[in-house]
Amino acid sequence: MSATVQAPSQSTAAVVEKGSSLWSDAFVRLRTNKLAMLGGILVTLILIACFIVTPILSANGLDANAQDLSNQFAKPSAANLLGTDQLGRDMLMRVLEGGQISLLVAILATVLTVTIGITYGGIAGYVGGKVEATMMRIVDGLLAMPFLIIVILFRELIAVRTDKLAEWLVANWNMSSDFVLRFSNLTPLVLAIAAFGWLTMGRIVRTAAASLRRQEFVEAARSLGLPHRRILFRHILPNMLGPVIIYATLTIPSFILYEATLSFIGLGIEPPNSSWGILIKEGANFLETYPTILAIPAILFSLTLFAFNFLGDGLRDALDPKSSKD
Amino acid sequence: MLKTILSRLIQTIVVVFLLVTFTFFAVRAIPGNPFVSDKATSPEEQAALEAYYGLDQPLPIQYGRYWGNILLQGDFGDSLSMKGRKVSDMIAQSFPVSVLLGLSSLVFGMLIGIPLGIIAALNHNRSLDYLAMIVAMAGICVVAFVLGPLFQINFAKPLQWLNVAGWSRPSDIILPAITLSFGVAAYLARLTRGGMLDVLSQDYIRTARAKGVPSLQIIRKHALRPALMPAVTYLGPAFAAIITGSFVVENIFLIPGMGQHFVTGITSKDYNLVLALVLFYGILMGIANLLSDLALIFMDPKLRNA
Repeated sequence: MSATVQAPSQSTAAVVEKGSSLWSDAFVRLRTNKLAMLGGILVTLILIACFIVTPILSANGLDANAQDLSNQFAKPSAANLLGTDQLGRDMLMRVLEGGQISLLVAILATVLTVTIGITYGGIAGYVGGKVEATMMRIVDGLLAMPFLIIVILFRELIAVRTDKLAEWLVANWNMSSDFVLRFSNLTPLVLAIAAFGWLTMGRIVRTAAASLRRQEFVEAARSLGLPHRRILFRHILPNMLGPVIIYATLTIPSFILYEATLSFIGLGIEPPNSSWGILIKEGANFLETYPTILAIPAILFSLTLFAFNFLGDGLRDALDPKSSKD
Repeated sequence: MLKTILSRLIQTIVVVFLLVTFTFFAVRAIPGNPFVSDKATSPEEQAALEAYYGLDQPLPIQYGRYWGNILLQGDFGDSLSMKGRKVSDMIAQSFPVSVLLGLSSLVFGMLIGIPLGIIAALNHNRSLDYLAMIVAMAGICVVAFVLGPLFQINFAKPLQWLNVAGWSRPSDIILPAITLSFGVAAYLARLTRGGMLDVLSQDYIRTARAKGVPSLQIIRKHALRPALMPAVTYLGPAFAAIITGSFVVENIFLIPGMGQHFVTGITSKDYNLVLALVLFYGILMGIANLLSDLALIFMDPKLRNA
């Protein structure tokens, strides 16, 4: 009852009394951007499909790896909504499970990227002076290296350790080998991408932190005698969330792309584990005879990149109106 | 200007040195050696091979020798996976192929991307702008390993004069170069559009308009140069993107370039080949970054005195 009465007045009251915050302003702007909203909806749908629907389906006996050699290259039917592949595996389950891995790699690597970037860039920007100069010189140097090449080398280097760890876990901790193997395949890729993928994030955070440090309200906080930790967490960090969120949203699609590229050339996720990169690589073999085997993962993959990029662009325009050039 | 060149030069030397050092110890830390995978070799033969290539020596000695051979004799060693071939020969053969492919895709990318960005900016917030930006986004999202096979099927197959894959005729460069250029074109279009919009809102453009300078001349004489700055800054990263793309495109179109060598070098643990390629890629990146710096200085007089 009261909710229906309050709802309209609350929104207008909020605007009048509290003023509109950066975030509510941004949300209003984001809502008017149709492409960004479409991207947001698609991202949500894809995430739900891969991380909620897929586990439910596989808990109910649908298996992405169950082969049925009598049912190869089947056309879409009630049993296999998107048909089957060269080994009679259900395409829908394969593409969903592949997406799970691809998205997991990208999201985990992005989380690491944000963590490292905020810590490194935050320290550099807040401390300033020679420390900042040295720290950013290191970032410049790392950025001048060919990204994918060091990622490939680094992944090879960690892959051995994680494989050993996986064997040990299976042997000593009685963990399901299926589960462990999947993660031992994914972990080195995530670590390698994140280890060199945080550089731009570090730069962005440094710029934000350095400009915030010189603002009056931070100076005021300092002259009030607040400890550094409190200034950092209460004043600096919340104020640079905008650029961090924007860049993180745009980082996810680029990491999805790196995963797929590496898997495609055989230096990323390895079969029998699947990812979109693996599915596209396999599908390319049947391009002439059964184009849907390539088309299904390729379309879903491209659609995901579209969705994340449009959402990220929209967020940038919404949170940072100056940069939108409208 | 001299300062820019010098600091890039120093950065490149440091970066290449660290890159090679990291790679040197990284590839050797990956278990297994290049000869284990050969089923025909017995342990004794393996030991003999290792001794022949100096892999039985302690790591610091191997490392010192590696640099010594390069700097004093210009010798990158023998390939460990392709017996009897020198790494320098392999690079001498694949380098021109990759450079030709990379440069032509960069040119394609600029020819498509920059005009697209300008058109979008001039029609800001109109349908042509949206169309151009959606096309650009498609260039980013529909990646090389999807585009490549599509091109093979739709162009190479019906058009008899194009090979589906391979590197034997001059026309073989067309499809891979176009495939590789899409991503670059897309980024360039977005950057050019952004730069152009920035410039067009400046006061001096408004002044020119007020004075009655024709539109085309404003674009050509006043707006174009500063508008292209973001795109020029992207030259360095674009080069890295082309290296990345070449791994995929050379694989799809079976092109005997450095990208193919790098991927097989990693899987077959061909230490010498991988190291030499990393060294080369590092130097090429340095050159690309330097060219980008110089182009910026050339285009922006304000940077010249800095």
